[in-house]
Amino acid sequence: MTETISRPFLEGWFAESEGGAHLIGARCTSCGTYYFPRQSRYCRNPACDGEQFEDVRLSRQGRLWSYTDACYQPPEPYVAAEPYVPFAIAAVELEREKMIVLGQVVRGVDVGALQVGMTMELVVEPLSETATERQLAWKWKPAP
Amino acid sequence: MEARAVSRDIAILGVGMHPWGKWGRSFVDYGVVAARAALGDAGVDWRRVQFVSGAATIRNGYPGQVAGATFAQALGWQGAQVNTSYAACASGSQALAAARSKILSGECELALVIGADTTPKGFLAPAKGDRPDDPDWVRFRLGITNPTYFALYARRRMALYGDTVDDFAQVKIKNAEHGFENPNARYRKRFTAADVAASPMVASPLRLMDVCATSDGAAALVVSSVEYARRVGRADAPRVAAISTVTPTFASATIEMPDIATDSAVAAEAHSFRAALPAKAYEEAGLGPADVSLAEVYDLSTALELDWMEDLQLCRRGEAAALLRSGATRVGGRIPVNASGGLACFGEAVPAQALAQVCELTWQLRGQAGARQVAGAKVGITANQGLFGHGSTVIVRR
Repeated sequence: MTETISRPFLEGWFAESEGGAHLIGARCTSCGTYYFPRQSRYCRNPACDGEQFEDVRLSRQGRLWSYTDACYQPPEPYVAAEPYVPFAIAAVELEREKMIVLGQVVRGVDVGALQVGMTMELVVEPLSETATERQLAWKWKPAP
Repeated sequence: MEARAVSRDIAILGVGMHPWGKWGRSFVDYGVVAARAALGDAGVDWRRVQFVSGAATIRNGYPGQVAGATFAQALGWQGAQVNTSYAACASGSQALAAARSKILSGECELALVIGADTTPKGFLAPAKGDRPDDPDWVRFRLGITNPTYFALYARRRMALYGDTVDDFAQVKIKNAEHGFENPNARYRKRFTAADVAASPMVASPLRLMDVCATSDGAAALVVSSVEYARRVGRADAPRVAAISTVTPTFASATIEMPDIATDSAVAAEAHSFRAALPAKAYEEAGLGPADVSLAEVYDLSTALELDWMEDLQLCRRGEAAALLRSGATRVGGRIPVNASGGLACFGEAVPAQALAQVCELTWQLRGQAGARQVAGAKVGITANQGLFGHGSTVIVRR
C-alpha cells in the first residue's frame, strides 16, 4: 500500500509548532508594517522606504470580520473532492497586525455556526486529498 | 495673479452600445457596432476622428489584438492617433481620461472611445498553470472566487447596520424594474422577492439573483472639446465634468479581490478605496452629493449597491438600506440609482462597463431614456471598482 504524503500547498506560508498553527508573515524593520503573504523587497507604506524585513509569526487568533461559503464548486486551481463538498470562508481581523486575513473554515463548521465578532483560531487541515498526496492549508476555526 | 476658472469639461457628442448578452462573437464585432452607433448619434464621419481610445481586458484572446488599434483597423485605418487602456473595471474610464487629456491639451478636438468584451461562461477564473506568486492563483487554489468577496461585504453590512437579505432582494427587484424596458440590457424580466429567495445560494448570504453575471457587450462615446461642440451647434451637449481614477491609499482597509489579506494599518491610518473614488471626482467637478440627480454604480452584487450609495455620500454610512426602503433610489424617487438596470440587468462586460455607465447618464441628461427617464436630470455620477487597485468615478453634467 502506498503511503499518503502530506505537504503544505504553499511552502513557507504557515507552520505548526508547539504553540499551534500560525501564519508566517513579515514585518518591516523600519515602520513595523506587517505583511501576509511575506514581503522581502520593499515596504508598501508610502512614508517608508524600508527594504529590510523580518519573518514573524502572525497572531493565531483574531475576530471574525465577516464570513461566507462556497456553495458552488470553484474553478481550477481549486482541487475539489468528488462529490463536491461546500465549505465556509472566514475573514479574520488580527488585532496586533491590524489586518484581515482570509482562509477556509475547518470542515464540519458551516455558516450557521459563525457570527461576526467571534474569536477564531488558526489551524492546519487538508485543503485537498488524492490517493497519494494530501495538501495542507491554514484554516480558521471558532476558538474553544 | 487672479485665478480664472478654466473649463476642464469635454462634450459628449454621441453615445452608442451593442446590446449586452452572450452572443458568442468576437469583441471586435461588438465594438464596431457600438462605435458606429456613437458616430451616428454624434453625426460625425469616422474619418474626422483624430484620436481612438480603446478600453482593453487581458482575457479571451486579447493578446495580439490590442483594443484601440484593433477597433481602428476594423473601422478602417485613417491615420488617427491611437491609445489602449487596461485598468480592469476602470479601463473604460481610463480610455476616456486619455481622450480628455488629448482634447484639453489641444492635441485633438474629436475622439472616439470604445470598450468591448466577450466573456466565458461561469466564474471568471485565473490563467492556467501553478503560479504561487500570483495572488489570483492563491485565492482560487483556496476556493475563494469573486462572489466570496461580495458576500463578505454583504454579511458585514448585516452585522454592522442590520441590513437584511430582503433589503438585498429589493435592490434586485428595483434594478430589474429599471432595466425591463432598456433595449441594451441582457436580462429584461421583472422579479419578486420570492423569485430572489428561490434562487440558489451562491455565497451566503448572496443568492444567484444577488450576484451579477458576466456578459458580452460594447459601449462607445464620441467626445470633443467644448469649443468644437459649440461650432457644430451642440453647445448643449452633456459634458464630462470629472474623471477620477485614483489608486487606493495605504493602508487599504477592505479585503479586496484578488488578495487574501488587507494592508496592515499598524504604521498608517486605514483608508477606504471605494469612498476615495467619488471624493476626488466631486472635488474636480466642484460639485457635491446634493447636486447629483442620478447615479450608476457597480452592483456586482445587490448588497454592493448599498455600499456604493454610502461611498458616493448619497446618505450616511449605514443608512443605504433605509434610503432604498424609502423608494428614493427608484426612478421617480429623489436620487435614482442604476436607472439603466445596472449590472443586475446587464451583467459585467469589463472594458465596456464604465463607458456603458456614461452612455446611460448621457441619455438621461438629454431626456432620451424613455420609460426609465429621471425627470430633469442635470448631474449624473458613476462608480466602479475592480481588480488590482483600479476603480473610477465619472461625473457628467448638463
